[in-house]
Amino acid sequence: MKLIICAGPPTCGKTTVLKQVTNKLLAQGRRVAYLKEDVQFAEEATMFSEEFGIPSKAAYSGEICPDHSHVLILKEAVEWAEKNQADIFIVETAGLCLRCAPYVEGGFAICVLEVTSGMNLPRKIGPMLTLADIAVVTKIDLVSQAEREVFRMNLTEVAPIPVIETDALHGINIDRIVREVEKSPEIKQPMVLRGNPPLAVCTICAGKKEIGWENHFGVVRTLESDPFYQGE
Amino acid sequence: MSGIFPFSRNNEPSSLTLEDVHSVTLLGGHGKVGQKETVTEVKFEMGNVVSIVGPTGSGKTALINDIELFANANTPTGRRMLINGATPPEELMDDPSKNPIALITQHTNFLSDLPVDVFLRMHAKIRRAHEHETIVEETLDFANQLTGEPIIQENSMTELSGGQTRALLIADAVIIGNSPILLLDEIENAGIHRGRALELLRNYQKIFVFVTHDPRIALLSDFRIVMSRGAMEKIIYPDEEEAIIIDRIGKLDDLMLRFRKRLWEGERLSEKNLGGDLSALLSSSKETLS
Ligand SMILES: Nc1nc2c(ncn2[C@@H]2O[C@H](COP(=O)(O)OP(=O)(O)OP(=O)(O)O)[C@@H](O)[C@H]2O)c(=O)[nH]1
Ligand SMILES: [Zn+2]
Ligand SMILES: [Zn+2]
Repeated sequence: MKLIICAGPPTCGKTTVLKQVTNKLLAQGRRVAYLKEDVQFAEEATMFSEEFGIPSKAAYSGEICPDHSHVLILKEAVEWAEKNQADIFIVETAGLCLRCAPYVEGGFAICVLEVTSGMNLPRKIGPMLTLADIAVVTKIDLVSQAEREVFRMNLTEVAPIPVIETDALHGINIDRIVREVEKSPEIKQPMVLRGNPPLAVCTICAGKKEIGWENHFGVVRTLESDPFYQGE
Repeated sequence: MSGIFPFSRNNEPSSLTLEDVHSVTLLGGHGKVGQKETVTEVKFEMGNVVSIVGPTGSGKTALINDIELFANANTPTGRRMLINGATPPEELMDDPSKNPIALITQHTNFLSDLPVDVFLRMHAKIRRAHEHETIVEETLDFANQLTGEPIIQENSMTELSGGQTRALLIADAVIIGNSPILLLDEIENAGIHRGRALELLRNYQKIFVFVTHDPRIALLSDFRIVMSRGAMEKIIYPDEEEAIIIDRIGKLDDLMLRFRKRLWEGERLSEKNLGGDLSALLSSSKETLS
């Protein structure tokens, strides 16, 4: 089974892109499963199961940082997709924390960015962009070619990865994404995160509100110290 | 100044610059109800100005999308697009600075709030056109001939009006982008001076394809493609009679523009000023007919 992990800032067009991709994959006879990870509400999974009749699931991170939650649940999610006989498992992550990247080794990583969010956006995004296999740039129908070129230059300066531009609403250039997905390897266990993002499971993420490191467990730091581990 | 790109799908070491593009061909597919297109092939050559006409929903935009997408029987219309008579490599679409096609629609916008000249210089740099010192001035000058409201170079891009934006988009694509093929989707609503625009654009050896509802643009084109139910129905070349008629339509159009200007300037329209303009129009059409 292939594991496709897709991340990107809110409303950048992840779902729109993934729907177009799913549509094409299904037309080629692929069996697709879909997981949407979000903070507290997402209707995408219902949308995918109703529109495509494929196994779809939503996972809410609730109190936990969505990226931490992702790390905790992904293994079982992959098992779920395999049990459902998927040969391509698409995971759409919430991508709220710009310092984390949800991608795993051996999976295929898509970072979606909307060109309408300003020409300097690529410079503001860390591992979510730099650790991805491809960048998909959406909403190109709304901006000038000149700005597309500037956006693209800023992007490839930060991350020298293939860039596919799309008007996802009209399904333009989706074939190219599908081809990249088809080329991606089969996932192998055990899965390991690609990067070393600040993914320490901390009590802050778990909802403990007290200010001050002495109130927390996990990886902590003082104002002047480097991070250290506190707890069992 | 322009990108170099490989030109065949079977990895032959041939290459082609943007300047080498000399024609685009569309091979017909099918319309909305699956009917085969009457027009099976249409060729656009460098220097051509072409209009796509037909009622709303007749498939005009889909047609230019096919060109923009290098359709290869993989779009809903099943059409194929060729450059210089051959299937272009899809890789051309990868990098907009190597793509020979620029599409400008009513929705295309500038979002950056940089000053106009700073932005244009930035774009010129990406296109390596900045060695050409006056390129920004030329681009602005060209844009200002297209629109009635001059663009100040210190203005921020987002302050530009609809007409100024459209004019600058075209000027940027023509001059800095050096795109050999420009697709313009219903830009007539944006306050561009159409008669003048066509005259100016004809000075550049490019392919201009207009999706348009404007009779003036349609009649001033080298030929027009008539769309119906998603299919290319007919290709019409203007004849001598149309050449006379376009002259009258141009005058009629200018007349409307003069009336509009008067309204803008707070004037009242009267039988008198209306009458003068109308009779000037009528007498001129008699001349051309006789
Ligand atoms: N014009 C245009 N609109 C787009 C494009 N892609 C997505 N949209 C629109 O952008 C909005 C957000 O798209 P979604 O696909 O829901 O974005 P998302 O990243 O999945 O959003 P969340 O999962 O809620 O973070 C929707 O209204 C889409 O219709 C595009 O390429 N062009
Ligand atoms: Zn996080
Ligand atoms: Zn945390």
